[in-house]
Amino acid sequence: MRIALQLNGEQTSLDIEPQEFLLDVLRDDLGLTGAKRSCDTQVCGTCTVLVDGAPVSACTYLAAETDGRAVTTIEGFRETPAFEPIAAAFTRHAALQCGFCTPGMVLTIHALLEDGDLTDEASIRHSLAGNLCRCTGYRAILDAVGELASERTA
Amino acid sequence: MATISPRNARTRSAPQVGRSMARADAAEKLRGDAQYVGDLVVPRMLHGKVLRSPYAHARIVSIDTSAADAMPGVVAILSGADLLDIDPYYGHAIKDRPIVAIDRVRFAGEPVAAVAATDEATAEAAVAAIVVEYRELPMVGTLEEALAPGAVLVHDGPLRPGDFHGLGTLPERDGNVCYRYVIDRGELDGTFAAADIVVDEEYVFPSVYQYAMETHSVVAQVDSDGITIWASCQHPFLVRAEIAALFAVPLGRVRIIVPYLGGGFGSKSYTKMEPITVALARKAGRPVRIVNRVDESMVTTRRHNMTVRMRTAATSDGRLLARDVLASFDTGAYADNGPRVTATGGDAAPGPYRWSAVRVDAACVYTNTAPSGSYRAFGAAHLQWAGELQVDEIARRAGIDPIEIRRLNLLRPGEQVRPGGKPLDADLVGDVEKVAEALGWSREKDPGTGRGVSVGLLAAGAHPVSSAVVRMEADGLAVVLVGSTEVGQGQRTAFAQIAGEVLAMPAERITCQGTDTRYTPYDRSTGASRSTTLAGLAVQRAAEAVRVDLLDIAATVWPGDLAAIELRDGAAWHGEESRTYPELIAKRFGLSGGQLIGEGGVHPDGTGSYAEGPVFWEVCIGAAEVHVDRETGQIAVRRTATVADVGRAINPQLVERQDEGATMQGIGNALFEEMLFADGQLLNDNLLEYRIPTIEDLPTHSSCVIVENEDGPGPFGAKGCGEGAFAGIVGAIATAVADAGVPMTELPFTPERVWRRIQELEKEPA
Repeated sequence: MRIALQLNGEQTSLDIEPQEFLLDVLRDDLGLTGAKRSCDTQVCGTCTVLVDGAPVSACTYLAAETDGRAVTTIEGFRETPAFEPIAAAFTRHAALQCGFCTPGMVLTIHALLEDGDLTDEASIRHSLAGNLCRCTGYRAILDAVGELASERTA
Repeated sequence: MATISPRNARTRSAPQVGRSMARADAAEKLRGDAQYVGDLVVPRMLHGKVLRSPYAHARIVSIDTSAADAMPGVVAILSGADLLDIDPYYGHAIKDRPIVAIDRVRFAGEPVAAVAATDEATAEAAVAAIVVEYRELPMVGTLEEALAPGAVLVHDGPLRPGDFHGLGTLPERDGNVCYRYVIDRGELDGTFAAADIVVDEEYVFPSVYQYAMETHSVVAQVDSDGITIWASCQHPFLVRAEIAALFAVPLGRVRIIVPYLGGGFGSKSYTKMEPITVALARKAGRPVRIVNRVDESMVTTRRHNMTVRMRTAATSDGRLLARDVLASFDTGAYADNGPRVTATGGDAAPGPYRWSAVRVDAACVYTNTAPSGSYRAFGAAHLQWAGELQVDEIARRAGIDPIEIRRLNLLRPGEQVRPGGKPLDADLVGDVEKVAEALGWSREKDPGTGRGVSVGLLAAGAHPVSSAVVRMEADGLAVVLVGSTEVGQGQRTAFAQIAGEVLAMPAERITCQGTDTRYTPYDRSTGASRSTTLAGLAVQRAAEAVRVDLLDIAATVWPGDLAAIELRDGAAWHGEESRTYPELIAKRFGLSGGQLIGEGGVHPDGTGSYAEGPVFWEVCIGAAEVHVDRETGQIAVRRTATVADVGRAINPQLVERQDEGATMQGIGNALFEEMLFADGQLLNDNLLEYRIPTIEDLPTHSSCVIVENEDGPGPFGAKGCGEGAFAGIVGAIATAVADAGVPMTELPFTPERVWRRIQELEKEPA
């Protein structure tokens, strides 16, 4: 089937199978490998991309569902002004190690900041529970996101 | 030649070591540019999928691939019959594992066949179309079953030692026991008989899954040039050696390329999915990529579950006398790193105390379950919590504080940890005091809360062989070539800082990239907290060679006054005069420039055997404050503290990250992570049913104290870190929960287990 979507800001037309998941289309057909595959069960968040600005797990999201919508992957988001402050906070706090969860984490945080969902530590803990990180132990991520959230509310 | 000693050269250059430089790979990873094996595409590459056994133990009667073969897009199907031209068994400790099952399967999940096809979906469909007839065999699914008299044998022939076990002469297989580590010193029975206090208990440690978020991933290509592998592996040079031996290819014709790894934690140590991918690529005549699903990686390697009976004897005033340990490690159907895990566990079992008698008998046992290998702080994580629970119980009976009993009994620097090995190289009493203070030991406790500390040692460093090359280009920038793997720990950043310190230039101007065994010098492995210490030492020495070269050239600029020449901030200085590194290089090579090349290496003084080691004793220390909900059995970890006793912190921020990551993994291992097997079948083979810590599990307060006594064997007195905190935190949670009134003997401390224990304790007569 043929779908038309806005991919990283560009109008794109794609030929896909109806049963294909978005992650396979992004990684295998389009070479956009910033979204990673891990749990395949919508638990880990490493495949997170934005659909109409909302974070979704691309591993279980039908590509067909993106017809007529806007999809943003890390490859697109990194070219926007909103990327820099998040990247700077993560770098300053060393809130990443192996980096496998990082693109998904960055996109989730951006969406949550945009929605004003990150107001205090409790809201950060609650909202980021869908993005696993096995390396950092989360302390630095909490610190980095806390700083970003307070910059927003300041 | 310059006669100045580079080690003693004075420098007023901006310090590179000891600063929290930003990770060199941060931008690449944040931008999604960092490439992992699963992101790589090689021309003509096929996709591989593996057919795995549904049975824990069975005879393979027949394999019918005709339907799969006939499917469009299927290029090759691999089974045991394709391996007749080679010796298909591998295993760095014990050569017990075939590339794919031959005639018999020994665990549910064992590869039986593999398909290479033009796309993943076709490969998957073809795997489903292969018809295998099995005849089920009786099996041993637990340690108890495997150790019972007359038990079914998982392996029945003699054991062949692997090339890298490093454990001396391996004993003969004894039933299902493939390795045994024994310590027996002092007069044990008499000491126990005469002791005032004896604590005697059995403990159970669960199997857990390392869960590196990137699953095991390999691309392999076999052609007239040899074998090329892109692998998510921690030990590329050991994988190279095993592949060379398996496929009878010279070492130099096996090329392993390691991009970024999406975590390792031991799960990608030694050889994993590389042989099957190479065998499939060999048959297909085209490159093949295999990327495991999570359920496949869970049966590729896991942490050993263990049972132990431990007894500790002490005097009435809390002086420790003797410990007796009988432990069994479940290594699954193949030994993998089981023997070393068992030995390390055996060394960790006594704990770092002054004993008059110790007996340890640790057995590595085959069962018909998924193979077990390395995971962060193996051995120490297994046994420290049990030993520390007993120390605390003795303190309670002796009426002294947990800190006091440790102060009384802990080994002091220079004392023997075990006969023949390296003496203690850390200040444990100081570390315990620091961790207790960081936790807030003297603060008032809320009702229902408990506090605990735990301290132990981990034999760290593995085999001390590492080498490095530092190249300085004509533009004065430098490149570090080293065979150590960037798993996420930040070694590329740390190596740049080490080289920068020696070369008196900003570490930001030095890059370190991934291993390519064709060009990168040999490094034994990335694990056992060894990279900063050993590969780092090789980098330091390689950089020193370049430094000497720079001074040599500078000595031709200012002849006869070498002592007055100083390297500082990327230039050689003589009084107020200076020459930048590019100017020095141009002076030697002329207009077109050239390259300064330095080599450095580390090798063992003796044989490098396990018995002579370790390279250093990694301090495993943690403290925790927990709250136990007596109605539900739910444990909340409220505060944690760790001490990173690192000798010298090359990058303090990265040291903290190591302890923070280890703390969180320790919390998972202590409170909820557990692989559940029934008759050899893994029941929770996904992240929905196997839960790992999320950000919601992060304690309210956690702190990491960095101790820098410059007592390590690595560069600038550094020694490794990152594992110790894991064992420290598991032990601290156990002692804290006991302090809250619920002594637990089986990990993880799930609400159900804790609740049941509370019910038992309430029934017991006071």
